[in-house]
Amino acid sequence: MLEVEGLEASYGSFRVLSGVTLEVRPGEIVALLGPNGAGKTTLIRCIAGLLRPRAGAMRWEGRPLGQAEAHTVVERGVAVVPEGRRLFGSMSVEENLALGAFAPRARRGEASRLEGVYAIFPVLRERRRQLVRALSGGQQQMVAIGRALMADPRLLVLDEPSLGLAPRLVESIFGLLREINRGGVSILLVEQNVHAALALAHRGYILEAGRVAAEGQGSVLLNDAHVRRAYLGPLAR
Amino acid sequence: MTAFVQQMVLGLLIGGLYGLAAAGLSLVFGVLKVLNVAHGQLIMLGGYGAFWLGALAGFDPFAALTLVIPGALAFGAVLYWTLFAWVVRASEETRVKNSLLIGFGLALALDALAVRLWTADERSITTSYAGAVVSVGGIAIPLVRLASLVLAGALIGGVHLLLARTRWGRAIRATAEDWEAALLTGIDVRRAYLLAFAIGTALAGAAGTLVSVGYSVSPSIGLEWTLKALVVVVLAGLGSMPGTFVGGLVLGLAEAAAAWGFGGPYREMVGLVLFFVVLVARPQGLFAR
Ligand SMILES: Nc1ncnc2c1ncn2[C@@H]1O[C@H](COP(=O)(O)OP(=O)(O)OP(=O)(O)O)[C@@H](O)[C@H]1O
Ligand SMILES: [Mg+2]
Repeated sequence: MLEVEGLEASYGSFRVLSGVTLEVRPGEIVALLGPNGAGKTTLIRCIAGLLRPRAGAMRWEGRPLGQAEAHTVVERGVAVVPEGRRLFGSMSVEENLALGAFAPRARRGEASRLEGVYAIFPVLRERRRQLVRALSGGQQQMVAIGRALMADPRLLVLDEPSLGLAPRLVESIFGLLREINRGGVSILLVEQNVHAALALAHRGYILEAGRVAAEGQGSVLLNDAHVRRAYLGPLAR
Repeated sequence: MTAFVQQMVLGLLIGGLYGLAAAGLSLVFGVLKVLNVAHGQLIMLGGYGAFWLGALAGFDPFAALTLVIPGALAFGAVLYWTLFAWVVRASEETRVKNSLLIGFGLALALDALAVRLWTADERSITTSYAGAVVSVGGIAIPLVRLASLVLAGALIGGVHLLLARTRWGRAIRATAEDWEAALLTGIDVRRAYLLAFAIGTALAGAAGTLVSVGYSVSPSIGLEWTLKALVVVVLAGLGSMPGTFVGGLVLGLAEAAAAWGFGGPYREMVGLVLFFVVLVARPQGLFAR
């Protein structure tokens, strides 16, 4: 359903992606792993329409992606939880969630989806009138995921949702992603947390210096990753 | 003592217009990250618009607002598409620089145009009720200016509600805070820019109308009003319409106090002094959280 083929991208003359090919099939959780600076966020920015690729093709549900303006991507069913969450800190929890349903398609059923998000994250209902910047990191991550779910996506893309969270919270967020996936949403998950991500994902890709260095089923990659752990670690290059 | 209170009341009354003048500039700067130095010229055009609606079609200046505001909205949309839509494509760092160039160009062009169309004379709208005054304990309050203050507050309150309560208002605030995140939630940020610029221009038009009835307009007032608005924006900080209104009142009162204490020439200086003091001591503005 999401196909990325030979994608190349750069910032100015600095090349970041040199021919990335990957896909996410309907109903899948796909992990995208790789060391810092490998180009994971850059790939997501391309998918989200925030960065024009130099070359290559992206298709979503059979139609080209990345040519229309960025705000149309979510209307087409792809919601992104960006790196660093990028919430609207001066707005309340409920306003952030409402903004998640801004796309015309997402407005239908907005109220019931809000109830759904509150059912998943009860603490957000308690805090719904609070400013987002007054929340803890974990609560903010819940808002970020909730905001993306408000768009009623068929593909949920998350860029390092576990960053800066306590291990227990990471576990519960990953559990939630599995639930969301069982509800029929495909997931592309960028992670540094190799073990947890591969345990959750059906398949994974390892991105290194702008290329796919390895791909395969989660369990297969996990074994592979044992060998590669040294340079999948956050400090490795 | 009465003379002092009288001065302060007059300062408060013009302060409302400072707030209204600043509200549009603040909205445009906060959302587009573009400093429109021609904002004062838009105020000047609004003043002439109301003046000519009165002179040619016999409109009462307050009634003229109902035409000046939609006219300014449309004019703002045209200005955005022809001039500022190009600037917002640039990265945020170069935006302010580019917008200054465009803004100064626009300001000079509008100044020259105004001199051609309306001559360099000062004009002000005179109405049958122009001299009406209410006296409260020996303090004279000109009714027209009082009405202007109330209207300025109402317009700012209206825009505040628009931003706080409506779908697109929320989208405009989201764009101001993080335009990339806004795009990710499906907001067409170009449209948010357009709306913000048009609303900002409409606020300028309304301010100009009120200036032309309580005070006067001439082709040269643009820069003066841009500066007043800029001082208020620095005073109040970005992001709060009510805060901007209060900032305007503070400037009006401070000017009046300076003029009373040190003499008329100091009226103009106090704004600049406040400008630097706030920039140094509290760069986020007095009311920003
Ligand atoms: N806006 C930018 N301008 C210039 N270079 C950039 C920009 N953003 C990222 N880069 C560079 O592109 C490369 C890839 O960055 P990217 O953020 O995609 O990596 P990443 O895989 O997401 O890393 P991390 O795990 O640290 O988030 C890095 O070398 C980075 O320095
Ligand atoms: Mg990254």
